[in-house]
Formats: sequence, C-alpha cells, structure tokens
Amino acid sequence: MAKLNLALYWAAACGGCDVAVLDVNEKILDIAAVANIVLWPVALDHKYADVAKMAPGSIDLCLFNGAIRNSENEQIARMLREKSQVLVAFGSCAISGGIPALANLKDRDDILRRVYLETPSTVNPDGVLPQTGCPTPVGDLHLPEFYDFVYSLDQVVEVDYYVPGCPPTPQRIWEVVQAVVSGNLPPRGATVGALDKSLCDECQRVKRDKKIKRFYRSHEIITDPELCLLEQGLLCMGPVTRGGCGTQCINANMPCRGCYGPLPGVTDQGAKYLSSIGAIMDARTPEEVDEIMQGIVDPAGTFYRFGMSTSLLKGAVKQ
Amino acid sequence: MVDFEPKIIGFLCNWCSYAGADLAGVSRLQYPANLRVVRVMCSGRVDPTFVFKALSQGADGVLIAGCHPGDCHYTEGNYNTLKRYPLMMQMLEQFGVERERVRMEWISAAEGTIYADVVREFTETIRQLGPYKRRLVKGRDQVG
Ligand code: SF4
Ligand code: SF4
Ligand code: FES
Repeated sequence: MAKLNLALYWAAACGGCDVAVLDVNEKILDIAAVANIVLWPVALDHKYADVAKMAPGSIDLCLFNGAIRNSENEQIARMLREKSQVLVAFGSCAISGGIPALANLKDRDDILRRVYLETPSTVNPDGVLPQTGCPTPVGDLHLPEFYDFVYSLDQVVEVDYYVPGCPPTPQRIWEVVQAVVSGNLPPRGATVGALDKSLCDECQRVKRDKKIKRFYRSHEIITDPELCLLEQGLLCMGPVTRGGCGTQCINANMPCRGCYGPLPGVTDQGAKYLSSIGAIMDARTPEEVDEIMQGIVDPAGTFYRFGMSTSLLKGAVKQ
Repeated sequence: MVDFEPKIIGFLCNWCSYAGADLAGVSRLQYPANLRVVRVMCSGRVDPTFVFKALSQGADGVLIAGCHPGDCHYTEGNYNTLKRYPLMMQMLEQFGVERERVRMEWISAAEGTIYADVVREFTETIRQLGPYKRRLVKGRDQVG
C-alpha cells in the first residue's frame, strides 16, 4: 500500500497538541511506517513553498491545530484545505478558538495597546506598534496581519472532522490515524475521539444531591478524593462537557475545565453551565446569591475557556 | 437615535406574567409594541442560552418575567430564575452587554398595569441605549 501523505500544522496554539502527537511514544514509528510526513513545523523543516507546489488533494490527512488569529494562519489554512483530502480540526483551539479566543473579550486595539504600550515591563517610548510591512536597507520585511477576532478553523475553511481536547489524548490521535489508514471513516462533520455522553456519565465519583453554599478556586480547598468535585464547590464543567478524555483532570483532583467542548445538543457550553450552576446554588434571596457568587470571579473566562469563537455571543463589543 | 425602534424579546411565564400581559390587553392599556412575547411555561425554563441567542440574533433587549417569588406554579422555578439572573448579568457585562439590556421582573396575573409600565419603561431604556452591537462572524470569505 502506498504511504499516506500526512500534514500536521499549528496555527494560533500553544504547542501542546503537537506534544500530544509526540506522546503517542513508540507508536510514532508505526505512524511513520504508514505515513509520509509532508509538513510538521514543530518537528521537521519543510517550507510552505514545498507544500504550495503539491497538487490539490495530494495530502491524505491534515491534522490542523490552533485557531486563526492572523493572516498567516488564514493563508496556511486555505492552502492546507486545498491540498488535503481530509482536514481535521485538531484540539480545542482549531475547533472553537480555545484559550487564544479568550482574547475575543477584547478587541485588537485593546490588545495591542496593552501588550506594546501599557505592560509594566515594556519600554516603548516611540509607541511603536506591529506593522505588516517595514522597509529596510536589505529589502521589505513582512509580518502577518493581526486580526480583530480569533476564529475557529471552520469559520475560515470547511472542516471534515473534529477531534476535541486541550490537547486530544494520544490514544485518540492514534485512533484517528488508524481510521484514515483503514478508510474506516465516520460521516463527514463528525466529532471523532469523544463520547456522546457527558463527562459526569463517565466520572466515577460519588454523586449526591447538589446544593452549594460556597464556590472555591482549586487552591482554596483540599477536596475529598471520592466525592463529586462540583458538590464540593469546585466549578467542574463535567455536566455540560463531552466525555471521552477518561476524566483526566478529575483523576488528578482538578475540576473539568470543559476542553472536550459542549455535549451534543448543547448550543452554548457557557450558557448551559450557567444555567446548571444557578440551579444548584443553595440560596433563596438575591443577597444569598450575591454571597455565593463571590466565589465565581470570572464566569465568562471560566465557562468559555475553550469555546469563545463558536459561542453564541462570540466575544465582547464596545457598545 | 431618533429612528431606532428597539427589538425586545420578552419571555413571560404562562401562569402569571403572560396572564398579566393579557390583562393589560383586555384592559386596553396603551404600551409600545416593541416587545415580542415568547410564552414559556415557567420563568425557570428560561435557559440563559435563550437570552444569548436572542441577543446574538438581533434583539436589543430581553425581558424575563415570572410569578413573584413564592407564587411560582411549579413552586421552585422562579427561584432558579432569581439565582441565575445575577450570575448571567455578571457574565454579560464581561461580554460588553450593559446591565440595563436584560431585565428580570415579577409580574402577577393581576398586574396588567405593572406589565404595561414595565414594557413602556424598558422600551424607553433600550431606546436610550441604542441598538445592541453584536460580534459578528460574517463568512468564510470575509475573515480579517
Ligand atoms: S461534576 Fe465533575 S466531579 Fe462531579 S460527577 Fe461531573 S465530572 Fe465528576
Ligand atoms: S476533565 Fe475536562 S478539562 Fe480535563 S481533559 Fe477531560 S474534558 Fe478536558
Ligand atoms: S410559573 Fe411563573 S415563574 Fe414559574
């Protein structure tokens, strides 16, 4: 059998998804046995120009991680879409914006001002901001354009499959490669490597009646290792999050942050979570609610940690 | 903002506030036609998703109205409303939505006048605030 052409790309991402690919450990050799890697910026030295020369559709599988934050991300996304038979939005950032998309609560001007002018460690007396072009004696230099919004991959190009997680677990990565090798692919548009049930469903902790008097941040409490974390006042997003990760964070006594994305049927993970949290507060009066809410410092950032780009409101706008 | 006619979505519970709105109508009270009513069985049924969806699809304001605390037809429903609302408002503020745009009211079946007053006042508030500006993702060909 001819080897697959495989591309791995990172756009606006932290690099964790690429590390997760390396974490398949010795299976990476099995991947190398079935696939020719044609692009993998984190590990190999291909040039964009090499990929640009390839015929449309000549990449069998592209695992694309990272959100679209600037013009380079967009340009490469379009190129890889054209060259790839199967384009996979790989990880939370590509699927729904991920951590980078928290920046959608601000706009471009806010961000540039903060980063290049206001931060205490910045010395920039001339107030220079990044430019897309700059003439120098040796020729013009170019930088990508920084967009006003962080997009999910499918807000920019068509996506064939979604593999959730921040990052996806190595086990799931291996399954996806195998599915493509064997031609055993689910219907287009499917979420691969996750369950259709909630994380709570897969969670082994003891669940009782949920009535919460106080919310804690994880450094403020030593939790009972057997009991549901939400019941103990930690903002665990299990009830609204897809299962499939094997309750990794819960096993480490950390509440779920929601990286596997909304359960099927949930339009907006943050709004849905808000709905459930509201219901389980043990309060009867606005004053009691106020007191319990003191424990929730950043609801938008916490409940949309991985999904701002594709949420209903998408981010903030100055009114 | 002279030409601006606010679009307001009102989620009214079947047993109190919707009946209150009905009473306002039967009593021939005058109030602006800017509020589009969605009847729900209980204010507790108003998932914050409904509010966000309304805003994301062109509403300039949202009203959630239900029975007075203690009077909910389903006993506890409006306590859930009462508990979700402040958290939802805290979150909406982070999204740049002014507090005045989303309002919670308790209106009983006998309070037709209050209903009319609320709609009048709320419409005026939204008119002053101006249209709600949404963060829009236009299309794959219009990224940037
Ligand atoms: S809320 Fe979290 S800790 Fe509780 S059952 Fe669900 S996943 Fe487990
Ligand atoms: S427990 Fe939640 S945040 Fe942690 S890996 Fe699983 S889905 Fe992601
Ligand atoms: S029935 Fe009116 S608020 Fe529940």
